[in-house]
Amino acid sequence: MRPFTYARPDTLADAVALLAERGAEARVLAGGTDLIIRLRDGSARPAVVVDVKRVPELAPGIRVGDRGTLVIGATTTMTEIAAHPLVRRDLAGLAEAAAVVGSVQIRNRATLAGNLCNASPAADTAPSLLVHGAVVVAHGPSGERRIALDDFFVRSGVTTLAPGELVVAIEIPAPEAGRIASAHQRRTRRRGHDLASVTLACGLDASGLARIAYGSVGPRPVLRLDTTGVLADAASSDEARAPVFETIFADASPSARSMRAGPEYRLAMLRVLGRRALATAQARLAAGE
Amino acid sequence: MPQTTLPIQLTVNGTRRRIAVAPHHTLLEVLREDLRLTGSKECCLVGECGACTVLVDGWSVDACLVLAVEADGADVLTVEGLASPDGRLAPIQAAFLDQGGVQCGFCIPGQLMSAHALLAEHPHPTRAEIEEGMAGNLCRCACYEQIFAAIGQAAAGDAPDLGGLGAGAHAGGARAGAKTSAEGLDQ
Ligand SMILES: Cc1cc2nc3c(=O)[nH]c(=O)nc-3n(C[C@H](O)[C@H](O)[C@H](O)COP(=O)(O)OP(=O)(O)OC[C@H]3O[C@@H](n4cnc5c(N)ncnc54)[C@H](O)[C@@H]3O)c2cc1C
Ligand code: FES
Ligand code: FES
Repeated sequence: MRPFTYARPDTLADAVALLAERGAEARVLAGGTDLIIRLRDGSARPAVVVDVKRVPELAPGIRVGDRGTLVIGATTTMTEIAAHPLVRRDLAGLAEAAAVVGSVQIRNRATLAGNLCNASPAADTAPSLLVHGAVVVAHGPSGERRIALDDFFVRSGVTTLAPGELVVAIEIPAPEAGRIASAHQRRTRRRGHDLASVTLACGLDASGLARIAYGSVGPRPVLRLDTTGVLADAASSDEARAPVFETIFADASPSARSMRAGPEYRLAMLRVLGRRALATAQARLAAGE
Repeated sequence: MPQTTLPIQLTVNGTRRRIAVAPHHTLLEVLREDLRLTGSKECCLVGECGACTVLVDGWSVDACLVLAVEADGADVLTVEGLASPDGRLAPIQAAFLDQGGVQCGFCIPGQLMSAHALLAEHPHPTRAEIEEGMAGNLCRCACYEQIFAAIGQAAAGDAPDLGGLGAGAHAGGARAGAKTSAEGLDQ
């Protein structure tokens, strides 16, 4: 690994000032499960590594904020998210996604903000957070701003965070039309080591709106809504659902060069996982889970 | 100019250490090269094989993906800390030997640390919990079934009595504290 200077600010103001001052020379370090690999292979060569794990505003933890919003601290690990009773009760798809990230050792380090900021198209927590309408709380030199997660991803490794901004927390607003029942599904070559070949979540509410989000089949995770009520209707037939799914998956563009899976496999699995996640979300909505 | 070294404090297998480390050195490098604890193995260096698994404040981590400076102030348990100081093996180590879970032995320090963390969390793990808890540890000699059997044996408490609990018994206190944000909420 190339030498760098390590900084461990203990206030948000110091962290933001350092990032603003050093610009592209600085790199935020959270759990390091993506960054340390890049520091070692030389694809990231920062002069300063800014460890944000001791900044109180980014501290791990899950709490209920104003108006029923669920606030997840930036450095909350996958292990904590997967085990948290509130997440398991209200954001089942997110609990399922966090539970399949890497291995125990990875989940004990990997943070939620790191998963989003790394902006891999295969990020497993992205689809569930998208169907729950998650908002990224960012803090930078010009203060705080909130970014809808769907406006956060640009392409692999690139987000709409401005230079000098960091993610403080992820908020999940309480939905207006009652609770959203969600479910996550994915395919991977080997559990514990590999990223998803397809990762997908479905979210349903009592108003009949269905949300499907999917990743690892294009440059960034995609969120699509079904306002026809067909997917949300537990009694609708597979024949009625098929064309709705086709519209929803029209934006999938898996690369033919991926080592992980061919485009035909990914497109086929997208449809299978879509049906499975929908069935689970429907059952959860009906059960009031 | 990057910093040359930073002073850190670590408790390793129960012993407090003050050392100066290079910021770009991983916990694995510092354990193996500075502290000469070569039980933890260096292998894939990308978080896939688990040969470098150690416990930091009770949490199992891949030491190849943690900078030593990040562990400043932490309680670290390595495979050298499992047996008691007089060399008597911990039950999980004895169970590995008893079940023939060790072939070439290269992956075993990491396997033991994951097994130790698994049993701390699930004293009586199901087959599915064992598979999930050990998914981050690869064994090229493919001793998986023997390793799973050893975990089952240690959990059942019928490991051959080759010694008492090692220094490992101390790790985990800090971790209990880390879990409190989930307390007091109904399921
Ligand atoms: C073996 C292995 C298996 C894996 N399996 C999976 C998997 O199954 N699914 C999956 O989705 N991912 C997987 N990953 C990828 C990785 O573990 C996750 O993306 C993880 O959530 C990253 O979080 P981190 O805290 O480790 O991020 P870091 O490595 O610390 O940071 C990642 C990036 O985000 C930036 N960043 C981090 N936090 C902030 C912040 N608060 N504000 C601004 N920028 C920030 C960093 O600068 C860096 O660019 C795997 C990785 C490994 C090594
Ligand atoms: S050497 Fe650390 S996981 Fe393989
Ligand atoms: S015993 Fe040889 S790699 Fe596991």
